[in-house]
Amino acid sequence: MSDPDHPSSDIDRNTPAGLAIDVVLFAVGLMMLLPLVFLISNAFKTPPELLAWPPTIIPDRPTLENILGVLHETPLLRWIGNTLVFAALSTASIVSTSAIAGYVLGKFDLKWFPAVFGIIIATSVVPFEVYMIPLYLNVQAAGMLNTLPGLMVGYLVMSFGIFLVRQYVTTSIPDELLEAARVDGAGEGWIFLRIVLPLMRGPLGALAVLAFFQAWTAFAWPLVVTTNKDTYTLEVGLALFQTGFTVDIGHLSAAAALALVPSALFFSLMRRNFVRGVAGTGLKE
Amino acid sequence: MRSKPKWLFPVLALVPVLGLYACLRVYPIAETLRLSLFKWNIISRRKPFVGLDNFVELMSDPLFLEAIFNTTVVAFGVLVITIPVGLALAALINGRQGLRRSGFYETSIFLPHVVSLVPAAMAWKWIFDARLGPLNAFIGWFGIPAQSWLFDPVLSIVCLIVLCSWQSIGYAVLIFLVGLKNVPEALYEAARLDGASPFQAFRYVAIPLLKPVMLYVSVITLISSYNIYAQAFVLASDVQGAPGHLVRVLVLDMLENSFRNYRVGYAAAEAVVLLVIVLVLTGAQFRLFRDRSRA
Repeated sequence: MSDPDHPSSDIDRNTPAGLAIDVVLFAVGLMMLLPLVFLISNAFKTPPELLAWPPTIIPDRPTLENILGVLHETPLLRWIGNTLVFAALSTASIVSTSAIAGYVLGKFDLKWFPAVFGIIIATSVVPFEVYMIPLYLNVQAAGMLNTLPGLMVGYLVMSFGIFLVRQYVTTSIPDELLEAARVDGAGEGWIFLRIVLPLMRGPLGALAVLAFFQAWTAFAWPLVVTTNKDTYTLEVGLALFQTGFTVDIGHLSAAAALALVPSALFFSLMRRNFVRGVAGTGLKE
Repeated sequence: MRSKPKWLFPVLALVPVLGLYACLRVYPIAETLRLSLFKWNIISRRKPFVGLDNFVELMSDPLFLEAIFNTTVVAFGVLVITIPVGLALAALINGRQGLRRSGFYETSIFLPHVVSLVPAAMAWKWIFDARLGPLNAFIGWFGIPAQSWLFDPVLSIVCLIVLCSWQSIGYAVLIFLVGLKNVPEALYEAARLDGASPFQAFRYVAIPLLKPVMLYVSVITLISSYNIYAQAFVLASDVQGAPGHLVRVLVLDMLENSFRNYRVGYAAAEAVVLLVIVLVLTGAQFRLFRDRSRA
């Protein structure tokens, strides 16, 4: 997002007014991060320090007690593993279905394609929570509760992904390129895999990051389709763990911090991709 | 050029995706609509058609009415915080763009929007905690007595609004920044030549041009707030044996009817209500857009 050539509004860079804005933004940024910083810091505190006021940001006597305790009490690593596999497979499915469907809907015009695209976009208006119950009943009937396929059923396709790819394909991949390949005798499958797919790396990267986060943070669906401790995703395991009577704040914070840090790190690394993807969702109009 | 595409490849490529859509989206949506007209308790073989009875019953169900009231309060509460704060932050960040520090601003404001919901809600739960939480200690400095944030029926809604706003501001800022980038520099230039202050330039040049974006962000914020569930679940669930006040939201009430009371048809009717709310909001957005572009 930061573009050095982007002309800013007329507050100049280092005037007093500009620096005052920096101070405000810096304070807001810190306040937004504070709950997460406290959470991570609490994970390393001893019980007496957890009660101290004002709360310390860097623990006086950091301890690994909480983290070790939590790893001992809960299958947290297993939950992380479950979530990673689930998120990775969901991402793979969303990226591949979006790539092929977006390309086909963008570059071929069969008479019924606009209607198909319309239906795909229309379903995206409907929140997942609305059709979750029938989906659950089907998963249950198929005996897929507590299984990876059952979990994935909710996260195999994403209308926005198809929209994004179609948009990109129609504006950025010239027909002449495809036509030239056809004249040279290339098959349609080859054209898609060897010419189109490499050109779509940008939007697909953004989509992959979005899809991964969507699955990583999914809650309501995993909560209903997993009922045994070994199949929980991280979010579900954590939410149910924190309802227990005997857990203390130190252990809770440790568990939450272990869940939080990977997603925060991943976001920091993928920020550009992510921002591009999310910004794309706002550019429909 | 595209006049004679072979139909075989596109059709074969599309069929699996369409199959997925039919099974995972179109069918369950239709099934929700259908089930909402039946009385059914999952186990029973009897599934009598009851017409609109479920909807009639909903209208006098105190739990459902509480849920829809709470959800609406939360959704609009989040809206009135997110839009002005998001706009102000986006305007400030926009002026600092290109500087290295603006990366920090964007990341820190956006991070709450993407990190996992449950750990983030747990962090806030500790902040709100009546005995140990820093919030009570903080307001104590100003002589305000400690509040039981998560136990009081009104304050627990406030907590939910704070948590959800904290999460949604980042998204609003991001979209507003995209919108601000599209405001032609020449317009600012003209405003400055006319003697407008930076604030006036923003107020009278950028804001009118941003109206469609503001409308879009408002609708997205409302829709996502009508779907909240995890946040209410975490804030209300008990720690140390003391359950907080449960802010009954729409999705929570629906899941309870379906999975605890086994009233699937009734829960489906609630889902239809949620769908209608979302459709009305989306429709309103399109309508306002059309009017605006005509004007």
